[in-house]
Amino acid sequence: MSFIPLGVLAASGAGGGGSFESIATAVGTGSSGTITFSSIPSTYKHLQIRATAISADTDSYYMQLNSDSGSNYAWHRLVGAGTAAVASGSSSTTSMSISGGNSTFPRGAIIDVHDYASTTKNKTVRTFTGIDQNTAGNVTLYSGLWMSVSAVSSISIILNSGNFDSTSVFALYGIKG
Amino acid sequence: MAATYEAIATQTLGSAAATITFSSIAASWTDLRLVLSGVTDGSGKAIRFRYNGDTNINYSYTNIAGNGSSAYSNRAGASYILTNDGTSTTAPSLIEIDIFSYASSTYKTCLCTGSEDQNGAGQLVKTVGLWRDTSAINSISIFVSSGNFATGTTATLYGIKAA
Repeated sequence: MSFIPLGVLAASGAGGGGSFESIATAVGTGSSGTITFSSIPSTYKHLQIRATAISADTDSYYMQLNSDSGSNYAWHRLVGAGTAAVASGSSSTTSMSISGGNSTFPRGAIIDVHDYASTTKNKTVRTFTGIDQNTAGNVTLYSGLWMSVSAVSSISIILNSGNFDSTSVFALYGIKG
Repeated sequence: MAATYEAIATQTLGSAAATITFSSIAASWTDLRLVLSGVTDGSGKAIRFRYNGDTNINYSYTNIAGNGSSAYSNRAGASYILTNDGTSTTAPSLIEIDIFSYASSTYKTCLCTGSEDQNGAGQLVKTVGLWRDTSAINSISIFVSSGNFATGTTATLYGIKAA
């Protein structure tokens, strides 16, 4: 298991047994806006990332798989920002949008990559995320598509600008099927 | 050493009770997850929760919900975080609460799902909650806005440990 040293600290699994295993953890450094998990083994059925993150105000987070920066993604979202439920989406994009940031209040996210090791199916990503800023904030459900039948071997979460601070934690888990 | 995903404690009510509390939570994991299933002794009640016995207005939440005819979003500051407000005496509410980095020295963010279907009514609520306190969470109390959880209501607290 290897990692790109761009604001990433990682270690091998904290404890296994059972069907839900910790693969690796990345912690923000304050000097990088990219978190990458690479060399992900194909030995699980699904992947889950659990994250809490602080970054500069209004930073947007994006996800790319296998370093693919082509127009091979699409996404839809349902957003509640305290007044109304709003739906939107985008197709043929160069990444999946997964959330936005704040410099004071932590954003929480659970990102599921289903059937990630399949070599016959495109990949679906589901994100449940939210940030409450005590009179502002939003809760969002995302569905993302990566139009590739390649097994997912790396996941990058990228800030539009700025850096993840040192309290930001991204934990990758494997779920056995 | 804490396992990756383990049940910390389970409580199943042998008699009706207004509150279920998990206390003395060790700082051994990265995240916590609380799952509750149960009915209440009256309909249309709210299920709420708070941390460390803090009853001050140190919480806020934003949600998005659907009730079969409309989708909507609300926000509030309160002395608790709301998971849903449409309980039933017969159709169990399913509540899932994910608390991130609960032992950290930052404010605490959680994501919640509250749902029940009552065969002609019901709702699904997704919530983000904030506790504006940098203390480690060592207790969680989940409670009904009035009245009680019914006998048989069960709640389990899980710990999730990152590498």
